[in-house]
Amino acid sequence: MTDEPPLVKIRGIKLEGRSDETWNPIINGVDLTLARGEVLGLIGESGAGKSTLGLAAMGYTRDGVRISDGTVEFDGIDLLTASAAIKRDLLGKRIAYVAQSAAASFNPAHKLMEQHVEGPVQHGVNDRGSSEEDGIELYRKLRLPNPDEIGFRYPHQVSGGQLQRAMTAMAMSCRPDLIIFDEPTTALDVTTQIEVLASIRDIVEQYNTAAIYITHDLAVVAQMADRIKVLLKGDEVETADTRTMLSAPTQEYTKSLWAVRSFERPKKPAVSTGAVPVISVQNVDAAYGKVPVLYDVSFDMHSGRTVAVVGESGSGKSTTARCITGLLPPTAGQIMLDGEVLPADYRKRSKDQLRQVQMIYQMADTALNPRMSIGQIIARPVQFYLGLTGAEKRKRVDALLEEIELEPTEYYNRLPSELSGGQKQRIGIARALAAEPKFIICDEVTSALDQLVAEGILRLLARLQDQLSLSYMFITHDLATVRAIADEVVVMKDGRVIEQGDKDEMFRPPHHAYTDLLLSSVPEMDPDWLSNLLAERGVDNIGDAAVDKM
Amino acid sequence: MGNVLTIILQRLALGALTLLIVSIVIFVAVNLLPGDFAQNILGQGATPEAVDSIRRDLGLDQPPVTRYFDWLGGVLQGDLGTSFAQANFASFTGTDSGATTVAAQIAPRFANTMFLAMVTAIIAVPLSITLGVLAALYRNSVFDRAANITTLSSISSPEFFLAYILILFLAVLNPILPSLSNIYEGMAFSERLQKSLLPALTLTLVVTAHMMRMTRAAIINLLASPYIEMARLKGLSPMRVIVKHALPNALAPIINVIALNLAYLITGVVVVEVVFVYPGIGQLFVDSVKIRDIPVVQACCLIFATAYILLNLTADIMSILSNPRLRHPK
Repeated sequence: MTDEPPLVKIRGIKLEGRSDETWNPIINGVDLTLARGEVLGLIGESGAGKSTLGLAAMGYTRDGVRISDGTVEFDGIDLLTASAAIKRDLLGKRIAYVAQSAAASFNPAHKLMEQHVEGPVQHGVNDRGSSEEDGIELYRKLRLPNPDEIGFRYPHQVSGGQLQRAMTAMAMSCRPDLIIFDEPTTALDVTTQIEVLASIRDIVEQYNTAAIYITHDLAVVAQMADRIKVLLKGDEVETADTRTMLSAPTQEYTKSLWAVRSFERPKKPAVSTGAVPVISVQNVDAAYGKVPVLYDVSFDMHSGRTVAVVGESGSGKSTTARCITGLLPPTAGQIMLDGEVLPADYRKRSKDQLRQVQMIYQMADTALNPRMSIGQIIARPVQFYLGLTGAEKRKRVDALLEEIELEPTEYYNRLPSELSGGQKQRIGIARALAAEPKFIICDEVTSALDQLVAEGILRLLARLQDQLSLSYMFITHDLATVRAIADEVVVMKDGRVIEQGDKDEMFRPPHHAYTDLLLSSVPEMDPDWLSNLLAERGVDNIGDAAVDKM
Repeated sequence: MGNVLTIILQRLALGALTLLIVSIVIFVAVNLLPGDFAQNILGQGATPEAVDSIRRDLGLDQPPVTRYFDWLGGVLQGDLGTSFAQANFASFTGTDSGATTVAAQIAPRFANTMFLAMVTAIIAVPLSITLGVLAALYRNSVFDRAANITTLSSISSPEFFLAYILILFLAVLNPILPSLSNIYEGMAFSERLQKSLLPALTLTLVVTAHMMRMTRAAIINLLASPYIEMARLKGLSPMRVIVKHALPNALAPIINVIALNLAYLITGVVVVEVVFVYPGIGQLFVDSVKIRDIPVVQACCLIFATAYILLNLTADIMSILSNPRLRHPK
C-alpha cells in the first residue's frame, strides 16, 4: 500500500474566479492527497472554496473560474495538461460526480434509467441491456423502493432523497475509482438524510471507491470520512484523521467551528396561568386551492418567548405562518392577537394589527429590494406604520441600524448587494423591528447562513427579545437551533401538530414516536453515531422507511 | 394525460373566442375604409340613383349590425359570400352566370400560398435549428459570428432587395432558377417546385435569423444548469450535451418562434409575391382592398387570423407536450 502512488495528487493548486473584470483568488495553494479506497472529508463555510477544489480534482472548472497554478494528477495522469478527449474519457468512467441538488442535476426531459445508462454506453464500458440490469441492481443495493421500476420514471416523479440515491447509482454506473460528493445531503430533511448517508457509505465501502466528501456539516462528515481537511477562505487550516480531528483539533478556527453548537439561552420562568397569549392559533385548517394542507392546528405564543415550529419540508410550518400573517386565509379556525380575533385576510386588517405581526425571511437575498438602499428599506415601514418623516425618520433608522450592530453612517446608503449574507439578514431584522411589532415570524432565518454567522444572528435575536419583550415564532428544521433559542416547541408533520410543549420536556424522553425519530436523526459528532443508530433501528427502519410506517 | 387534454380543450375554446372577437374587429375596420365599392366601380360621374341601386343589390344599404350577422352566419355555414367584383358584372350584364363565390376565388390562391409557405418551412426550420445548435456549440467562434452577421443582415434588408439579389445571382448571372413564378393549376409538381424555389429562398433568408437566434439563445440559457454540468462531468461529447441534454429542454421557446414565423409566411408575403409574380393570397388581398371588394377582404382577414390562432395554438400544445412534467404527472 505504501509503495502504490496515490490516486489523486494535488500540489499547490491555485484557483481564481472572475468578478467585475478582475480575477480574485478562491484557493491559494492547497495540497491534497487521496489513496485508493480512501474517503476524505472536505469541510468549511460557504466561500471556503470546497466545491471549487472538489471540481478541480476532476480537472474541471466552472465558467468564470481558472486554475492559475499547481498540478492535479489522477492515477499518474496530469489532468491540467491532458487533452479534452483524454479528460472526457476519464470523467464519468473513472471519476464521477454527485451534485448537491439531485432534483436540478437530473435532466428533466429524460427518464432516470436513460441517464443512468448514458455513461457506460457512451464510454463503451457496457451495452445498454447489461447497464440497465446493473442499474436495477445498484438501485436495489441503495435500497430504493421498487428498484425494478423506479428507473423508468422521470426525475419529477421521484422524491428528493430517492433522486439523491439514484444519482449515487448513476455515479457508480461505470464503477469509478473516485467519486466527488458535493454536499449530497444538504438539501434533504434529517430523516431522509440518514438513508442517503447510510447508502452512500455502504456502496463506497463495497466497491472500495475513493471519495472526496464535501460538506459544511461537521457531524455528517464525521460519519463518512476517514480523514478530514478543513478549509477557510481558500487556505487549508488543518488535515487529520477523523477521530483525531474531532477529539483534538489543533487550530483555533477548527475549535470555533466545534464550539458553535454550545450556544444556549437560560431557561425562562413558566408562563403565568391566565396570561393572554400574544398570538393564539386556534383550530386552523387551510388549503391551497382544493388541496388541504393544514388540519386543526392550534398553539399559543406568549410575550417575550420563542416558540420553535419544527418539522420536515411539506409539514405545514410556513403555511401556518402564512395563515397568521393573513396571506392565506384559513378555511376554518381563527387567529387571535392579544385576545382579539384577527380578520382572516390581511387586506381586512387595520394598520395597527398589521404592524404587530412582522416577518423575517429565509433568503435575505431575495427579501430585500436590490434597487433600494439600506436606509430606504428600513425607512419604509418607519414611515408607513409610525408616520415619521424627515429628520425624525432618519433618527429612527439610525437607531435601528445601531440596534442590529451596523454603523449607520457606513451602511445607510449602501445597496443590499454590497452586504454579506449575515448583514443582509440583519437588515431583514431591522426592517421587521421598524414596525415596532409584538410578534415576529422568523422563517428559517439562519438556514442559509454559515454556522458562525447564524450564531451571531441567534444571539442578536435573543438580545432583542430580552430588551423589547418580543414574541418569536421560529420556523426551522434544524434541531440544534431549536435547542439554542426556543422556550417551547411545536412539532408538525403532514399539516398536523404532532406534539407540543416546553423545550426541556420535548428533548427528554419519552417522546412521540415521530419526535423521537426526528431527534435521533440529527447527526452527532461521534463518528460511530451512524453505525450505532443503524444497528439500533435495523436496516429496514431508517429514515424514509420509518417515516412511511407512521 | 387527462390533464393535457383539458388544457388543449381550454386553449381551443379560447382560440374560438379570439376568432369571434377578431371577426368583429375585421368587420368594423373594413367598414371604416373610405369610399365604397359602388362609388369606386361607377366612377366620379355616377348618378346617385345608379350608386344606390348597386348598393341595394349588394346589401350595402342594410345597417352594419344586420350585415355583420348575415356575414357571420354565412361564414359559420362555410359560405364566405360572393365577390362584389364578380357579382357586379353579372348583375350589370344581366347574364348572372359569371357570379363567383369568394371561396372559389380564394381557394386556389390560398393553396398556392400554403405551398410556398410549406416549401419555405421545410428549408428554413431545419436550417435554423441546425445553425442555432451549431452556433450554441461553437459560441463566440468565427462560425457563430458569421452565422449571426449573415442572418441578421438578411433580416434587416428589405424583402424586395433580397429577392432582386437572388434573381441577379440565381436567374440572371447563373440561370439556374426561373425568375418568374407564374404557377398555374395542373402544373407538374416538380415544375411547380422549381418555380417556387426562388421566392422560397428569399423567404428563408427573411425568417431564418429569428428562429436561429432563438434556438441559440434558448440553448445557451440552459448551459449554466446543474444538469448540463452533470452531463459534462459524465464525460459526454459537447455535441451530445447540447443535442441530447439542452435542446429537449429548450424546445418551448423555439417552437413558439417557429409558429410566429410560419404565420408570417402565410400572411405577410405580399412583396415577395409581387416581385416574383407569384399568384398567392397576398396579391389578391391587396387588389381587393384597392377596389373595396369587401367580402374578399373580410374573408382574407379571417383566414389570416385563423392561421395565426391555429399556429399559435399548435405551438402552445407542442410546448406543453415537450414538458415531461405535464405529459407524465406524478
